[in-house]
Amino acid sequence: MSTPETRKKTLFDKLWDSHVVQAQTDSAPAIIYIDLHLVHEVTSPQGFDLLRETGIRVRRPQRTLATLDHSTPTLPPGPDGQRPYITDQAQRQVQTLRANCKEFGIELHDWDSPWRGIVHVIGPELGATQPGMTIVCGDSHTSTHGAFGALAFGIGTTEVGYVLAKQCLLQNKPKSMRINIEGQLGHGVTAKDLALNIIRYLGMNGGTGYVIEYAGEAVRNLDMESRMTLCNMTIEAGARAGMIAPDQTTIDYLRGREKAPQGDDFELAAEKWLQLASDEDAVFDKEISLDGSAMRPAITYGTDPGMSIAIGEPVPKPSNASQEKALKYMGFRSGQAMSERQVDVVFIGSCTNGRISDMRAAANILKGRQVASHVRMLVVPGSENVRRQAEQEGLHHIITAAGAEWRLPGCSMCIAMNGDLVPPGKTAVSTSNRNFEGRQGAGSRTLLASPETAAASAVMGRVAGVAELESAQEVA
Amino acid sequence: MNAFTNLTGKILVLEQENIDTDQIIPARFLTATDFDGIGDHAFADWRTDSNGEPIADHVLNQELAHHSPILVGGHNFGCGSSREHAPRALMGFGFRVVISSQIADIFRSNSHNIGLLPVVLEKDQLAILLNMDGEEISVDLEQSKVFVRRADGAEHSWSFSIDPFARHCLLRGLDRMDFLSQAEDAIAAYEERA
Repeated sequence: MSTPETRKKTLFDKLWDSHVVQAQTDSAPAIIYIDLHLVHEVTSPQGFDLLRETGIRVRRPQRTLATLDHSTPTLPPGPDGQRPYITDQAQRQVQTLRANCKEFGIELHDWDSPWRGIVHVIGPELGATQPGMTIVCGDSHTSTHGAFGALAFGIGTTEVGYVLAKQCLLQNKPKSMRINIEGQLGHGVTAKDLALNIIRYLGMNGGTGYVIEYAGEAVRNLDMESRMTLCNMTIEAGARAGMIAPDQTTIDYLRGREKAPQGDDFELAAEKWLQLASDEDAVFDKEISLDGSAMRPAITYGTDPGMSIAIGEPVPKPSNASQEKALKYMGFRSGQAMSERQVDVVFIGSCTNGRISDMRAAANILKGRQVASHVRMLVVPGSENVRRQAEQEGLHHIITAAGAEWRLPGCSMCIAMNGDLVPPGKTAVSTSNRNFEGRQGAGSRTLLASPETAAASAVMGRVAGVAELESAQEVA
Repeated sequence: MNAFTNLTGKILVLEQENIDTDQIIPARFLTATDFDGIGDHAFADWRTDSNGEPIADHVLNQELAHHSPILVGGHNFGCGSSREHAPRALMGFGFRVVISSQIADIFRSNSHNIGLLPVVLEKDQLAILLNMDGEEISVDLEQSKVFVRRADGAEHSWSFSIDPFARHCLLRGLDRMDFLSQAEDAIAAYEERA
């Protein structure tokens, strides 16, 4: 038996142990302290109401950061200066967040902020997301922030109220899983493809009850934006949180960011962050190794993110009634080549793939090419910062010259609650994270893929990978 | 939060696996700033047509759906988003219990927080219930058991496991905020240390 002092700890153990306010017992969960609470307009209003009903103030406004992203239009204001909200209710929701932030003294990145954007894009950009932290938000893709070696997970609105009031949550410690991606990712295989390959392996519920640590050579080689894409999709395998140990890549990304420690404080913090990595010989409840070099660019064909195949593979045979129903909804039959499917809409953006590297990847494919005439393509930067950088690099000119629309930042067509949606029965290749029935609008059919694949499909006007696009154009 | 001790009622079966939160409550209904009337939109895309008119023969529009307090769903119920609107919509629709052979983590904790009882049974037990649409069963939280009598007379009593604290709060209708408030000294001490 090892003593608590000598027990080998995982990254997750270290994050957990350092945030226990009150230990878990047989009759009650642990109370965990929350370092950073991210807030947006959709899941917070009832949480603030809870405070008003009970006469409680926000305990730590400085640990709370708010933005507008879900219900916000991505088209600019009209000639009357009014933003084109989809409904009055959507506008009221934004106004409600504005009023709540004012009343409770919370920093809000409103329309006039140079940092406004999708909550999971701006946290890291601002350096508010840091290794060693606990981070929550009323949004399941909070797992994104685990890319920095943080324990980050989505919560419900009642819990949003608890965190506003107490800066704490009641939690039972989940089990731990490590997924090692050995070898190097093959040519053209992106973090999105890696995520889809992992979810295909685990199934959309294979991570339920676990926190996942991603490790191995292929993961170490990912840049921060790719790590965020990978951790973002963790919830699509059912795991609330995904994480990657901080290393030099993490430190280099954070140095100089507005909310990160500055000067000597940063170097001291960085030293601590490097200590967070799982101890050698730390034991996980489950451990999996996958060969990264065997992975191929992937695309989904069904109505859960686990239903994906390598681009070029035929649609598989359904193995149960649910998969059969999914194929029927998508209008695919088993054995069919995905490339037969005409694409109607292409969406590049979201908290999964709305960062500058994603914008560059899309522009790189679109440069000197045209989006097929029957395809509507939206490119939506994840934040004002991404938009600014993309425009400085002239990416928006490439994107619009190719015939795609360049929009204002927001969640847009990923969740389709702002009016950006896929019409019923139409097929979208989307860089977002969910292909559930109706996710991008009632009756919409979503194929999840990387920005590269999405852009290639936009040009070809049907499902296509980059390799196919390039060889098709060589022949032409 | 309303207390839950035990309940006997007819079950409504939705046998599809992986019923996700976007099915339970489509995103376009998330712009409200309160939860009032959210039950009206539960499964909106399943039970209404493109004009928003009810599809008369859908199970969720039948008499049973409006009188059944127990929803039995296929494996991996409630996957997807963290929206508390999902369990709120189910409660607003009239359900007090959701039974499946797996229930997604965030959906489950949201349910605990608002007084919807999530019950996870074994796959073979769920398979029996999936064939009992409209029949009466009992769910007893005090004993953590589900009682089933089948048409052929066979009787089952199945234990289910539930987080003891969630059970404690559900049985008494306790709000977790009170528990957190009682820990004020510990929270303050942590903040002092950190």
